[in-house]
Amino acid sequence: MFEVCADPKSLEGLTWLSCYLTSGKHLNMYWAFGTVLLLLAVTAPIAMAFGFLGALAARSQRFVLRMIGKGYTGMVRGVPDIVFFLFFVIALDQGIEYIMHLIRCPDWTDPVRNGLEFRVCPQAKVPLGSAPQTVHQFYGFMLAVLTFALVFGAFAANVLFGAMQAVPRAQLETAEAYGLNPGQVFRRVLVPQMWVYALPGLSNLWLILIKATPLLFLLGVQDIVYWARELGGAKTQAFDYPHPDWRLYYFLALLVFYLAFTRVSEIVLNRIAARLSKGQATAAGEAMRKAGI
Amino acid sequence: MTCWETIGAYAFRSLGYGERLLPRTDFTLCQQFTLIGSGLIWNVYFGVVALLFGFVLANAIAFAKASHSPIFRKPAEWFIFLFRGSPLFIQFFLAYEALQMLPRAGIDVFGITVQTAWTTKAWAGALFVLFLNTAAYSAEIFHGALRSIPKGDLEAAEAYGLTGFAKFRRIQWPTMMRLAWPAYTNEAIFLFHSTTLVFFSGFPAFQQRGDALYYASYFADKTFNPFIPYPIVAGYFIILTLLLIWLMGRINARLNRHLPSNMSGKIRLRPQLIR
Repeated sequence: MFEVCADPKSLEGLTWLSCYLTSGKHLNMYWAFGTVLLLLAVTAPIAMAFGFLGALAARSQRFVLRMIGKGYTGMVRGVPDIVFFLFFVIALDQGIEYIMHLIRCPDWTDPVRNGLEFRVCPQAKVPLGSAPQTVHQFYGFMLAVLTFALVFGAFAANVLFGAMQAVPRAQLETAEAYGLNPGQVFRRVLVPQMWVYALPGLSNLWLILIKATPLLFLLGVQDIVYWARELGGAKTQAFDYPHPDWRLYYFLALLVFYLAFTRVSEIVLNRIAARLSKGQATAAGEAMRKAGI
Repeated sequence: MTCWETIGAYAFRSLGYGERLLPRTDFTLCQQFTLIGSGLIWNVYFGVVALLFGFVLANAIAFAKASHSPIFRKPAEWFIFLFRGSPLFIQFFLAYEALQMLPRAGIDVFGITVQTAWTTKAWAGALFVLFLNTAAYSAEIFHGALRSIPKGDLEAAEAYGLTGFAKFRRIQWPTMMRLAWPAYTNEAIFLFHSTTLVFFSGFPAFQQRGDALYYASYFADKTFNPFIPYPIVAGYFIILTLLLIWLMGRINARLNRHLPSNMSGKIRLRPQLIR
């Protein structure tokens, strides 16, 4: 990156370190931090949307919809999350390819699932075998986002369902007495009031989501864990920057990153909780009223 | 090979007994059930041992965190923050790398050589991480329960002349346990689920003696079909979870036996995800 770094073997001390930390692969690692943040930024709203729909379905009057909603929220209970992460990615991948196969190669005669192998026609490969590397990476990332959103959506659905039930019945009855129709009651009374009940659960979920991001590594995305292992491993003299096994320090850096991230999140979420509790008929709101805030 | 023979050959494969070679072709459902169930022994081992030792440490840390003296309180707070604020996944990697840095030949302590090679094995290293991790999570639960012991209970104890250790043993600790138990049940379930992470932790599986997920991914890799082994793991874990809920429910009933039935704390299952 810098001019001085042209010949790394001749460097020493701080210059060596600054050159080492700005080498091309390290820049990739810093980008990977961005990937993690991007995953969080993309996943959180999608998971919330899934959760909202799931909670709505679970509250529905229609039996079929209700069963789907309950099934979705109940799905992740009792089963280790990791199993879902491993299972969903392969299942989604194969499902998408199978649908593409049905669309693009209707006259394909060989069986798709031939004994041990899953084989679709070449045109149905997603992404196509001829696609550039970036497309493959993007597809892997999107698959990861979808998996995260599905699993966390189930949890968010659980939280939101509980929050909707927790809104005092009297509030909804009052709204009905004022002549609001069910849709208006839902939009104007239930949804604005449920957030204060949902927030503790949702903030917990956010912290869990942050801590789940190393699982990107398991989903085959080149994330920070991947780079920490890659860069930290011992490098022989054949490399520009030879060093012994430094993985410990790389993982230490990741640990600090996660600790800082969760700490900042906690502080922000506490502020939001205080803001939302203001004027609400809850214990926290009452305490704030008494304290004169 | 009939199914009974398969069970005989592979039921304790994860511990190193029975058939040495894993099946390579013609996978049957029976083999998958047996081998994954065999791997589950390790998950149960990690869960049970970490939970038992973690319980003791968690109590100590909870009381340290409730202490007035910062000498006890600060380290307890930091310990809890460290293990609850970072992913278990990273903790595993970090512990593995740190344990590998120990000298191979052992450490000399006053002329006695302490072996260190065993610490990088999963049964010790991964267990150690899980133990500290569950201790931190449980300590936070116990600390919360300790703070929500009704003031009246403690005043009543003092009115009866109970002070110091007697008050702690007869009133404070049982009440804390009673209040914390529903949340602690969730933590226990959560811990059992996170034992699956050991597979990814970097601690190697010695001679293919792995946990449930190790064999499940073995089958998924060999058959290119995730739709059988992973649901088997899921099924086993659901059974394990139900067993755990039953056991913890019995303890909960015992803790609440002096209360009218409508006042005893109900165990509500609350879903939790990755640490």
